This record gives sequence, C-alpha cells and structure tokens, in this order.
Amino acid sequence: METGILEITEEQVWFALENVKDPEIPVLTVVDMGMITGVAITDNSVVITMTPTFVGCPAIHVIKQSIYDEVKKLGFDSVEVKVDFETKWTSDRMKDGAKEKLEKFGLAPPVVLNDDELTEEQLNRVRCPHCHSTDTTLRSAFGSTLCRAIRFCFNCKQGFEQFKPV
Amino acid sequence: MSNALKNLLYKMADDALVIGHRNSEWTGIGPMLEEDLAFSSMAQDKIGHAQALYSILNTLFGEADPDTLAFKRQEKDLKSCQFVELPIGEYDFSIVRQFLFDHAELLRYDMLTQSSFQPLAQLAKKVKGEIKYHVMHGDTFVKQLGNGSEESKARMQSALNYAWPYALGIFEKDETDAELISEGVFAGEDELKTRWLQKVTPVIEAAGLKVPATDETKIVYGGRKGFHSEYLKPMLEEMTEVTRTDIDAEW
Repeated sequence: METGILEITEEQVWFALENVKDPEIPVLTVVDMGMITGVAITDNSVVITMTPTFVGCPAIHVIKQSIYDEVKKLGFDSVEVKVDFETKWTSDRMKDGAKEKLEKFGLAPPVVLNDDELTEEQLNRVRCPHCHSTDTTLRSAFGSTLCRAIRFCFNCKQGFEQFKPV
Repeated sequence: MSNALKNLLYKMADDALVIGHRNSEWTGIGPMLEEDLAFSSMAQDKIGHAQALYSILNTLFGEADPDTLAFKRQEKDLKSCQFVELPIGEYDFSIVRQFLFDHAELLRYDMLTQSSFQPLAQLAKKVKGEIKYHVMHGDTFVKQLGNGSEESKARMQSALNYAWPYALGIFEKDETDAELISEGVFAGEDELKTRWLQKVTPVIEAAGLKVPATDETKIVYGGRKGFHSEYLKPMLEEMTEVTRTDIDAEW
C-alpha cells in the first residue's frame, strides 16, 4: 500500500525490548539477560524468539506479554513472541554491563562457566556485592526465586543473594 | 516408535509432576527456612520440567494440552514410579528420596542429551543444569546428616533402607525399552541403573551409611504400568481440588 508508513527497523525493535524488564530482577532488561534469540521482520509483522532462563520460571508469561505490549506499540500489524527451545539459556548469555548492574542491585553476578560443568570451586569464588570480599560461603543453593542462591559474607557478616550460574 | 517415545515422555513427565507436588508439601513447614526454600524451589523446577515434557507430547504427538495432562487424567493413566508418590514423611525420608531420585534424574537427562530425538536432547541440556543444584543439595544433606549425631545417622539409615526398594523401582522396564535403545533415543533403564549405583554408592559411603542390600523380589514395580500405591489417589485429589471445582474454567 502507498501509505507512506515508514518501515519499522530491527534496531527499533531491539530498542523497544530495552524497555522490558525481568520482573524478578528489575534492573535488567530481557536484552541484558540475553533472553532474546531472534528478531525477524517480514512486511509489517515481527516474530521475536526468546529463551527462558529456567524451564519452570513463573515469570515467563509476564515477560512474553510485556515483550508483546512493548513491540506492538511500534505499529506492527502482528507481533508474535515465540519460545525458542533450540537455544539453551545459560548465565553466560548475559550481556556486558549486566553483571555490573546486578552487583549494584545487591545481587552477586554469576561466574562465567564457559561450558556446562559447574564445579564446587566455581560456586565458592563469589564476591560479596556489599563489601567486595571474596571470603564468602554458599548457605543454600536455593533462594527467593529459582535463579538465586543464598550466600554469606564472613567479612561484612551479611547474607546476600547470588544469581546462580547455570 | 512414537508409542515408545510417548511412553518415555509420559513416565518422565509424571515423575516430575508427582515429585514436584510432594516437594511443594514442604512449603511453609520446612525444618529451617533454607530447606523450606530449597524444597519449594525444587518443586517449581520439577513442575516446569513436567510442563516442558507435556508440551512436547502436546505439540509433537497430538496429546492433550499440558494442563489437561497434568490435572485431568486418572490415577491408572499416570506412569510415574511409586517412589515419587510416597508421602513426604519426616524430613529424613524426604531428603533421602530427593537424593536418590535426583541422581537418577540427572543421569537420565545426561544420557538424553545424546538422544536421537532432538526435542528431548535439547530440553535435556537445559534441565541438566538445573538438576545439578538438586543433586548438590541432596549430597550435602545426606553427608551432613549421615555424619551427624547418633540419632541423625540412625534416621538416615532407616530412611535409606525403606526408600531403597522403591528407588530401584524407578528403573522398571517395559516392552518399549529395547526399541528406544535400538533407535538411539535412550540408552535404557538398565544402563541408567548401573550408572546410578556408581553415583549414589560413594556418597552413601562418604555419609558413613550402608548401601542397603538389594533384594530383587522386593523392588517396588508397577508404577510405570499404572499400578500405584494407596498414596497417589489422595495426592491427586488434593492436587486437582481447585481445578475440579469448575472443570471448564478458563485460567
């Protein structure tokens, strides 16, 4: 149609996605988290694929809806948000800068795993987000959300949470 | 082939659903806050795994949607092993069950990462990373309590003795096993059982406990064929209580 409507670019979509926060970690966006695995625009429709952090993450429906709402605002005729089962989310997918934001938020960022294998040693090299001491210990591998573990810092004598490396 | 695959997906999903519900029964009554959180988190993970498996059944095999499969099937249609349906009992039993069951889960998913059935291989890679934390949790507490006081040691040993014949029931085979092996879908229950014994034995020993003797005649089979203990039905009734108040409600 000769309507003169400007085409919506992929950059605009990524920019819109920057407005979608992870409801359990409000300082990070779905882009920071590395959850978006694809943006495909055809004509005036877009398909966005995303990979959930944990299989049973209860926030997934909220996140899908928020992605839909934000991207729809750009003016697409149709927006589809699909779950990508082929790309495995790991904490290594977090974007540069995301880990700093996490630490400022008071949540120790996950260590880089590079591969699947998680060792006890990796779990024990965690820096306290409050005083930055590495003299910390794992109290429980399970915390207030599926993606968090509870740790304790011997230096500042405070408990803190860590984003689990997976 | 599709029947063998469906059977595998159902038994895995039903195991996850039932143990997930049982784990959730610790919510609010855990012996300490961390354990309350641990069992609640593991419950959430398991229900997520069940949902993912039911979704494969739904989208690739034309079975009903995940909610229907989870909440609207009869007891006899569930393929879960009897081990997962046992009541949570006291904490010693729950931790022993969690330890024994999750070692089997981790190994099963690990084997499935090599599966010729891609959707399951992909899911397995993801789920493995989560179950590692469950296994770590089980190992930690089994060792701490096994090496704890006289009382904790005695309780752990008796829980282990009680759980053992049920745990071996996880590896109940049926006529589809050979097909899954020959098609490269899954290396089979016997192989899984061998690997499982190799993993749990050193942890039990490090905990200062004895690996119970295996009496082949006492292994609790039946769950995979839909024969369950008296504990599953009341559990399902509780689990589906809200759904049944208005069976056609839209959620």
